[in-house]
Amino acid sequence: MSEAATSQEQYYVPHHSIWPVVGSVAMLMTAVGAANWINDSTGLMARPLMFAGIAVFVVLFFGWFGAVIRESLSGFYNKQVDISFRMGMMWFIFSEIMFFAAFFGALFYARMLSVPWIGGEGHGALTNQFVWEGYTAAWPTNGPGNIGGTFETIPAWGLPLLNTMLLLASGVTITLAHHALRAGHRTALLVWLGATIVLGGVFLYYQAHEYIEAYQHLNLTLGSGVYGSTFFMLTGFHGMHVTLGAIMLTVMWFRCAKGHFTRDNHFAFEAVAWYWHFVDVVWLGLFLFVYVL
Amino acid sequence: MAHAATHDHVAHDDHHDHKPQGFIARWCFSTNHKDIGTLYLIFSLLMFFIGGAMAMIIRAELFQPGMQLVEPDFFNEMTSVHALVMIFGAVMPAFVGLGNWMIPLMVGAPDMALPRMNNWSFWLLPVAFGLLLSTLFMPGGGPQGGWTLYPPLSLQGGNGIAFSILAIHVAGISSIMGAINIIATILNMRAPGMDLLKMPVFVWTWLITAFLLIAVMPVLAGAVTMLLTDKYFGTSFFNAAGGGDPVMFQHIFWFFGHPEVYIMILPAFGIVSEIIPTFARKPLFGYQAMVYATASIAFLSFIVWAHHMFTVGMPLGGELFFMYATMLIAIPTGVKVFNWVSTMWEGSMTFETPMLFAIGFVILFTIGGFSGVMLAIVPADFQYHDTYFVVAHFHYVLVTGAVFSIMAATYYWLPKWTGHMYSERWGKIHFWSSVISVNVLFFPQHFLGLAGMPRRIPDYNVAFADFNMISSIGGFWFGLSQLIFLGVVVHCAFFSKVKAPARVWEGAKGLEWEVPSPAPHHTFSVPPVLKPGMLAHDDVSH
Repeated sequence: MSEAATSQEQYYVPHHSIWPVVGSVAMLMTAVGAANWINDSTGLMARPLMFAGIAVFVVLFFGWFGAVIRESLSGFYNKQVDISFRMGMMWFIFSEIMFFAAFFGALFYARMLSVPWIGGEGHGALTNQFVWEGYTAAWPTNGPGNIGGTFETIPAWGLPLLNTMLLLASGVTITLAHHALRAGHRTALLVWLGATIVLGGVFLYYQAHEYIEAYQHLNLTLGSGVYGSTFFMLTGFHGMHVTLGAIMLTVMWFRCAKGHFTRDNHFAFEAVAWYWHFVDVVWLGLFLFVYVL
Repeated sequence: MAHAATHDHVAHDDHHDHKPQGFIARWCFSTNHKDIGTLYLIFSLLMFFIGGAMAMIIRAELFQPGMQLVEPDFFNEMTSVHALVMIFGAVMPAFVGLGNWMIPLMVGAPDMALPRMNNWSFWLLPVAFGLLLSTLFMPGGGPQGGWTLYPPLSLQGGNGIAFSILAIHVAGISSIMGAINIIATILNMRAPGMDLLKMPVFVWTWLITAFLLIAVMPVLAGAVTMLLTDKYFGTSFFNAAGGGDPVMFQHIFWFFGHPEVYIMILPAFGIVSEIIPTFARKPLFGYQAMVYATASIAFLSFIVWAHHMFTVGMPLGGELFFMYATMLIAIPTGVKVFNWVSTMWEGSMTFETPMLFAIGFVILFTIGGFSGVMLAIVPADFQYHDTYFVVAHFHYVLVTGAVFSIMAATYYWLPKWTGHMYSERWGKIHFWSSVISVNVLFFPQHFLGLAGMPRRIPDYNVAFADFNMISSIGGFWFGLSQLIFLGVVVHCAFFSKVKAPARVWEGAKGLEWEVPSPAPHHTFSVPPVLKPGMLAHDDVSH
């Protein structure tokens, strides 16, 4: 890392930046496009606008993170700035945990409370008798209305178990990559980091395979009652986070290859590793509560 | 090298030590906590008047029984969007704006910890509220099921549903990023010697508020995402025929919603805890108790959510638990109220406008707190639920609570922001006009609610006519009074000739009064050296 002649004692406050406003424009385009699209609008203001917004986001990421990387390489960031970044990432991951908590909460509520109640348990006897007569609580279920038609579920001990192994292994490989980085072994770093990306990619491949299987052969869809809803929302949002994590890992691979990081100064790598462990832990919760139990 | 912290860097070779040149560059591309704080406050004021205009329509329709002015659908849009605009567009951004302006000044930091993200947090708000307000002009209109968005009612609209839900997502992203920034600033950017238990109470309340925001805004995002997929992608989260449950939405929503109401009041507690000691010329009574009470309220806020749903059906054990847990909140809140009163006790008090609003806050917020305890009682709530009593309750805590505190803060710090004094005479006129009219507006609503008038209706039994007319007169009066506020602020910012000193108020303590008025564009580029007597709470004994 180059040592710039900046005073390290002072907190680096960047000059004005266009990227936040670009981000807001991207957000507006994406949101308007997406909202029009799901309202079945077909014009330029629907899907094309959404994809244009996403394209602006991509430009934004290159621009904004590019500026941060250049500042970092120029040595503008002192220890205190580093701590701000760490806190930012930690609290961001905490917010993500709470986002998943909402969906896990929905799963637990449906399984433990609402489904038994419409099946007549507890205070639900009359509900069952007068509204949903003949419905017996069970899990999996698509409810007394048999919403989406009869379906089968993905067995836990096939692909999901394999995926669990893949993600756990990727948690090990990224740690090995981190150790290699700290020891200054760039080749080992690139190999282990590459292995992590490959494991994440294979996970996503199998996850896609599982979705295709569910839709084409098991009649298990997003519309399969509350089981299908919770199953696809939880695994779907997790899959999106794995995708995001894999993209970030890939960026880290190129940054490692370019020699952006030193033994002591590689917060971006650590942040991505934290994120990767977070999606790993969420998966363990999913595997247990969505597939096994 | 006066401001080494703002050095030129590779992307920008121009060297600014002072305000960036150019209107667009300064206000759109800013990384300066003061400019961004100003943007937040202006945005909040704009939303306050937009949401206020909706309230005027509501009170005009309710001026007399019978359908008077607007269609029922439009009336429902007004109640729903008024609430969303006031909560997410006026009150929350006002507190974030105050935090942006004051937290770095109060803890001796050069800026917010993550200055670029700070700007994005702000600039997402116009996007969110552009999306939300645009729904009013769409086929099917804006949200009509209330700000709580309960399904299935909230899903029975037109194209606007997708826009309103995405608007909430965007506003939520803004809040989360703002909160992360505030936490990082408070925990990482304090001047040497500014220990946690020496921080101003406003900073403490914002630290705890920011934690609440990060914990619950994502839960709201999850809840409205499920609404979106139920409406557009065939999921059954809130559809009993598919095994889901509409009540599940209410549980998830209020798990967010109850901490949310403390998000809107804890910074208010902080503001009042700054102002009362200044004008009583006494240190805050029970500083540490204030901090611990704030933390207790925040903790309790996570375990009381179902008191919003006592009548929807819950096992008896649940009703009891949520009733007692809710009543517990009165204890730390009572600690705060008694501490404010004790601070004033035997103080050498003067009654400038900020102090008037702060005292108004203490009295009127406490009335709102009392009606809250009444609502916490399950059997009583069966009677009060969804009546005007609830409307009166939450307007006492939000208008005479949160909004009064924001106005108190504005008068208190406006001279620091602008470098000029506002007109004390017009400030006092604004206060007295507001405090009388707001009681004319909301106090009769208690009686209406106890007599059984339901909320969110455009028409009502003639038995409720008199109190509604009084309430509406109070409403128009309160609405007009806020034009005085606008006038005072604009006059102070652009026309006032009276220069403000660095220590605007005689009894004020804290780092923000150590810098000149107006506060220079960059402050504390070098951390300040704390001296004895500089801070309000530097001699806290354990």
